[in-house]
Amino acid sequence: MNARTVKLHDIAHGRSGDKGNRLNVNIIAYRPEHWPVLLAEVTEARVAALFAHRGATRVTRYELPRLGALNFVIDDALEGGVNSSLALDTHGKCLSYLVLGMDVRVPVEPGDGHEAEPVLQTAR
Amino acid sequence: MYRIGSGAGFSGDRIDAAQSVVAAIAAAGQGGAVIFETLGERTLALGQIAKRLDASRGYEPLLEDILAPILSQAVAAGIVIVGNFGAANPPAAARAIQALADRLGLGTLRIAVVGGDDLVGKIDLTRTERWDGDGRLPGLQGDVIAINVYMGASAIAEAIAAGAQIVVTGRVADPALALGPLVAHFGWAWDDLDRMAAGTLVGHLLECGAQVSGGFFADPGVKDVPDTANIGFPIAEVEADGSFVLTKAAGTGGLVDLRTVKEQLLYEIHDPAAYLTPDVTLDLTEVELEELGRDRVRVSGARGHPAPDKLKATVSYYGDWLGEAEISYAGPNALARARLAVTTIKARLERRGLNLAHRADIVGTVSAFDSDAGDLLAESEPPLAGDYRVRFAFGSASQADVNSAVQEVNALYCCGPAGGGGVRQSVRPRVRTLSHLVARDVVAARFHFAGEPE
Repeated sequence: MNARTVKLHDIAHGRSGDKGNRLNVNIIAYRPEHWPVLLAEVTEARVAALFAHRGATRVTRYELPRLGALNFVIDDALEGGVNSSLALDTHGKCLSYLVLGMDVRVPVEPGDGHEAEPVLQTAR
Repeated sequence: MYRIGSGAGFSGDRIDAAQSVVAAIAAAGQGGAVIFETLGERTLALGQIAKRLDASRGYEPLLEDILAPILSQAVAAGIVIVGNFGAANPPAAARAIQALADRLGLGTLRIAVVGGDDLVGKIDLTRTERWDGDGRLPGLQGDVIAINVYMGASAIAEAIAAGAQIVVTGRVADPALALGPLVAHFGWAWDDLDRMAAGTLVGHLLECGAQVSGGFFADPGVKDVPDTANIGFPIAEVEADGSFVLTKAAGTGGLVDLRTVKEQLLYEIHDPAAYLTPDVTLDLTEVELEELGRDRVRVSGARGHPAPDKLKATVSYYGDWLGEAEISYAGPNALARARLAVTTIKARLERRGLNLAHRADIVGTVSAFDSDAGDLLAESEPPLAGDYRVRFAFGSASQADVNSAVQEVNALYCCGPAGGGGVRQSVRPRVRTLSHLVARDVVAARFHFAGEPE
């Protein structure tokens, strides 16, 4: 399969929310053909790695195929939660964009203009 | 069909938001409801503190500002107002609304006051279970300010059925603000779980105000939102079977489409098959969305399962003190100077033996994503030259130690790296919270009309 690497932000959107010290992040594909990409690439393990430095203890992924959406529930990722955290963003409202910044591999369809991904940069 | 609109998604939301909502529902000529969600996890505790200082306070501080522009039209059009803006003192909020009605020449209104959420003195916290989402947080010492349980929609529905024009609550589950009027209007049975789920879903989508109509959504060039300065708040047109169309008033900014609805559908949701509320366990996994046209999305397919055995209560404590102080570094080698400010303050705190938790963020690098330990900053390679703001935060039970730490940041003016400027500092008391699960039988939701005995 021809594939190229894009930011998750290029193919999906999402929002984060908090309850206590528990964070949730939803990730939603813009197009149905990218739903399998989310399933394959945006795994519990990769999301856990993104939040490891914040002490996340558990990541649970829920799948909503009708919506083309994933919902991640991330325990202990909010530095104590809105009323205890010393962080600037005590609610974790910025954190959906931490996930949307990850790199994902998407298949290249004939004619979408990306199939000729250069391997070597030609001299200018 | 029954119309419900949202007038506020949190305490501090746009105070003019409800005007277009009420005007649109009034123009349709069939009555309806407008709901105001104004309580966060600590707002109620702040209300309790305000009430202790002044028995006439403790309700939503912007209450009069929110209601003054819409009260006359809502009353005239038969639009029920439901809000948790009573916070720690619903009776006082009801008195304030009646005073406003008097000023507007509306006469005596039927204002229902919903109580039963305040559990101070009614439960033994040592015998209750901590909600598992807060399971790893340390236990809190100190005085309890407030214990408020999330109640369901029953008292709201009963009050409206008894003729309430306005319903003032303290802590209720946010979706109950919508489920209450829907049950009162359609006469849905409490054991009709799919209808309960549908009404709860209406409330879940409306409770955050503009978040479902283009607010907190705009990502320029990617997710564009028209006229963000004039975002229209959402209106749900609900059918008797529980399906509904989400829309907003014509002539307002924002947008309602599949993307905005999906983001809000999963906002603050954990297991999508089991969103727990006092009235029903909502299952979102079969929800269908259909875009009917511009700013119109049809929502159906909510499924209900029995409500959980226990209810969640927020326990608020007088906690510690939070100090924050910031200073800027800019231009050549700014990042190195900012880092030096961080290590200087860390060493000063240790030298002085201050007893506090502390954190430093260099804004302009990775501040929002970083940990207290600064792991991401340590690994990242931002440009050395730039315009960086160092932000320190200190938490401690000792106000004196927090004051001292903030003072150390101020001292960077003369004792710190070169070219530091613009120190801003604050120290404030902090309310801390933990969630506990309580048995349903300790909770007695009830209402009375303002001016009548409880």
